[in-house]
Amino acid sequence: MSWETVIGLEVHVQLATKTKIFSGSSTRFGASPNTQACAIDLAMPGTLPVLNKQAVNYAIMFGLAIDAEIEQKSVFERKNYFYPDLPKGYQTTQLEKPIVGPGRVVIPLADGTTKAIRIHHAHLEEDAGKSIHDGDIPIGVSGVDLNRAGTPLIEIVSEPDMRSSDEAVAFAKKLHSIVTSIGICDGEMSQGSMRFDVNVSVRPSGSSALGIRTETKNLNSFKFMEEAIQLEVDRQIDLIEDGGKVTQETRLYNGDTKISKPMRSKEEANDYRYFPCPDLLPVIVSDQTLDELRSSLPELPDARKSRFTQQYLLSDYDAEILASDTSNAEFFESVAEKTKNPKLAANWVMGDLTARLNMENKNISNSPVSSSQLAGLILRISDNTISNKMAKQVFDAIWLGEGNADEIIEARGLKQLSDSGSLEKIVTEVIEANPAMVTDYVNSDESKRKKKMGGFMGQIMKASRGQANPQQVNQILLEKLNELI
Amino acid sequence: MHNFTLAELINGLRSNKFSSVELTQHFLNRIKELNGDYNAIITTTASQALESAISADQRLANGNAPEMCGIPILHKDIFCTNGVRTSCGSKMLDNFIPPYNATVVENFENDGAVMLGKTNMDEFAMGSSNETSFYGPVNNPWALDCVPGGSSGGSAAAISARLAPGATATDTGGSIRQPAALCGISGLKPTYGRVSRWGMIAFASSLDQAGPMARTAEDCAILLNAMASFDEKDSTSVNEPIPNYRSKLDNPINGLKIGIPREYFSEGLHSGTEQAVRNSLVELQNLGAKLIDIKLPSSHLSVPAYYVIAPAEASANLSRFDGVKYGYRCEDPKDLEDLYRRSRSEGFGEEVQRRIMIGTYCLSAGYYDAYYGKAQQVRKLIQQDFSNAFKSVDLIMGPTCPSPAFKFGAKGNDPVAMYLEDIYTIATNLAGLPGMSIPCGQVDGKPVGLQIIGNYFNEERILNVAHQFQQSTDWHNHMPSELA
Repeated sequence: MSWETVIGLEVHVQLATKTKIFSGSSTRFGASPNTQACAIDLAMPGTLPVLNKQAVNYAIMFGLAIDAEIEQKSVFERKNYFYPDLPKGYQTTQLEKPIVGPGRVVIPLADGTTKAIRIHHAHLEEDAGKSIHDGDIPIGVSGVDLNRAGTPLIEIVSEPDMRSSDEAVAFAKKLHSIVTSIGICDGEMSQGSMRFDVNVSVRPSGSSALGIRTETKNLNSFKFMEEAIQLEVDRQIDLIEDGGKVTQETRLYNGDTKISKPMRSKEEANDYRYFPCPDLLPVIVSDQTLDELRSSLPELPDARKSRFTQQYLLSDYDAEILASDTSNAEFFESVAEKTKNPKLAANWVMGDLTARLNMENKNISNSPVSSSQLAGLILRISDNTISNKMAKQVFDAIWLGEGNADEIIEARGLKQLSDSGSLEKIVTEVIEANPAMVTDYVNSDESKRKKKMGGFMGQIMKASRGQANPQQVNQILLEKLNELI
Repeated sequence: MHNFTLAELINGLRSNKFSSVELTQHFLNRIKELNGDYNAIITTTASQALESAISADQRLANGNAPEMCGIPILHKDIFCTNGVRTSCGSKMLDNFIPPYNATVVENFENDGAVMLGKTNMDEFAMGSSNETSFYGPVNNPWALDCVPGGSSGGSAAAISARLAPGATATDTGGSIRQPAALCGISGLKPTYGRVSRWGMIAFASSLDQAGPMARTAEDCAILLNAMASFDEKDSTSVNEPIPNYRSKLDNPINGLKIGIPREYFSEGLHSGTEQAVRNSLVELQNLGAKLIDIKLPSSHLSVPAYYVIAPAEASANLSRFDGVKYGYRCEDPKDLEDLYRRSRSEGFGEEVQRRIMIGTYCLSAGYYDAYYGKAQQVRKLIQQDFSNAFKSVDLIMGPTCPSPAFKFGAKGNDPVAMYLEDIYTIATNLAGLPGMSIPCGQVDGKPVGLQIIGNYFNEERILNVAHQFQQSTDWHNHMPSELA
């Protein structure tokens, strides 16, 4: 029997506000435990929440970016449960009237087409703190760090519109691209800035009824998400094909051991006893605020992508990659403008630069090679001053801080030899010094001659200390050898 | 000195009849001598009070000091006081010393008022007799075997016993007005949002409101002037202009239209209480007021609605007391579940636990609509009743509570009987309206309270009428016989 996978996502996005959603504490990542938790975050008696307007604006911006309806009177509710990292004993969140209503996100598919994933809603809420069981904590004791408690989040809830882990990952990446492009989230996955809960079920192909789903919570990388979905789909299919039944449950996936385990079943699920939070007034969004935020929205990734294909004549594939991240896109555009060579700019940004950044765990905003430096390098490639091979050397040198392309080319004497007189001289010398190779070339089949040229090329490049323009050499060599046939 | 009203003490300080230090020392001595009889005060801050009094005297000498400068007052132990234990009447917070002041406390401190200590109260303000306090019941100065009312029983008894000229209190369903009535003093619950709730330990956030208690309406006006403020730290604080509540006290009340809801004179009302209230209404008529029969048809729904909404909110508000961060923690918890279960079972008293359970139940899946949803609808009906009534009347009056102070234990085994103590006061909390209780008579030597309800932010009018009533009557000057 063939099976269809059905996936829905709940995505927690940390908003990039300076302070928490209901207090003035800093949201900076990585501070010592409990140094960024004030009386409100600690839920001291008598303290009260005051809503951070920036968090509301960020949530609205997200709604506008996905063409969603914005609820102009949304309501905060209390979600009640006990846990040591939840200081009030309830999480302030939204349920009945979330600030962002239905919307849609378009994802690219592997076959080059696109698919719209419906967003059910997105709501504002506060993050919880963290329980600590290791580090300086003695064995048998748990610690609580409330630095993260009260960090503003939007939880984005999709409809079950995805049919494969690839689609789920594409959706997650697109969300990442949107929230970072509009500047409401720093997108730092390793710091928990985006976390995914995946709802997975399977059903016989062709069936329209939904199967029983499980929810795997708190996945913090695209890779783990993909693995967890694959694992869960296989588990469910095996289970059903062996005559078993999927139980509705919450699961945890361990990315290190690649094992997923049930956390709690539906029967054990909490009754959260939601009710409107009496300490907070309904959030009223005026038409004027909506207009202002709408006009303040920067270019969205999809719009940028189509502009790149038109303005720079990039392929859909290149445009998608370059447009998805604002910093990348800006870097590329800067290089393309300075060099008037968008194709080469795109190749270098997506190729050598990205590879090197990934290798050294850096990102484009702290790239050791600036856009001007990369543009300087590309200019010297386009005007044939240096070969592609030399360009890689120069790039490495720029990366190591040795200066601009021109300085490095000068200092290392890397100028490409393009003077045809000198090149002819070298070519002639090499031909004369290797009569055996010439004979071999002449006696070879037409089809094999091209390969035989390699031997000459190597010697010529060596003789020119690598500076000969390979295209020119190739042409001259071919002419001279053909004269000998 | 303790027989002076707060207004008189303000004049006394300014005419150098006595200093704030002398005044403060006098009340501290009195508390030391008499508080054992009443148990009205659970923390006395003597040395801190004298220090404040010294600076107040300097400020007074420099001139231009605020009215409350140098005046000793008490704070209900529900208001957080920086560096001073704030227990909320509970074992749960017996060890809790806040590192911050409630805005109300801060406002008084900024004006130079002198805090004498913190008053006893029903645990987490849940009670109408002050019998639920971890620190033991408060005795009513008018009859030591009777309750002072609650939850602000400590503040009310302290004013009544002349242990302080003024005190802060809070009112969620009648907790200022009912003890004021039972102790023969004046107490005002302002409009919801008039006084900041920051630093006031929450019972039911949508109903809680702080207000003043004193012997006279004029003194309440002085205290409210100091208490009221718009506070950005409280999102439900309302940014309405704050008048000088003393400025219209002397206005005549000719032509005042007083609504008398027939529902407030129904079955269950003690005949002596009814007589005292009716007499005072005649007195007001004599001053030029008109009495108009009105209906508040949803009144009978207010107690049931309140006992869904208040416990529901409380069940969430009190979740933070979990033994993890501060407050009471059980000995040797064996795991997290045990820590929660025992810390809360041992730290909370019976009535608090009862209300947490009621509230939890009302919000549970499958019951929410029938209880909480319904109660919110009732709340709207009650608001509509009042807004209809205020189309034709200026104020609404009736008894504050059904009977005078009752004996300890009289309603202890019957929570519903206790809840009915607040039958006339609860509706104003549900509507968010201001209400006041002033002494208007006596039954068997125990005081009776007249309740005055005004429209939103109309505290000025309530205080004006209460003051005019007190200018022509002397119920507010009566003293418990033991003190006389």
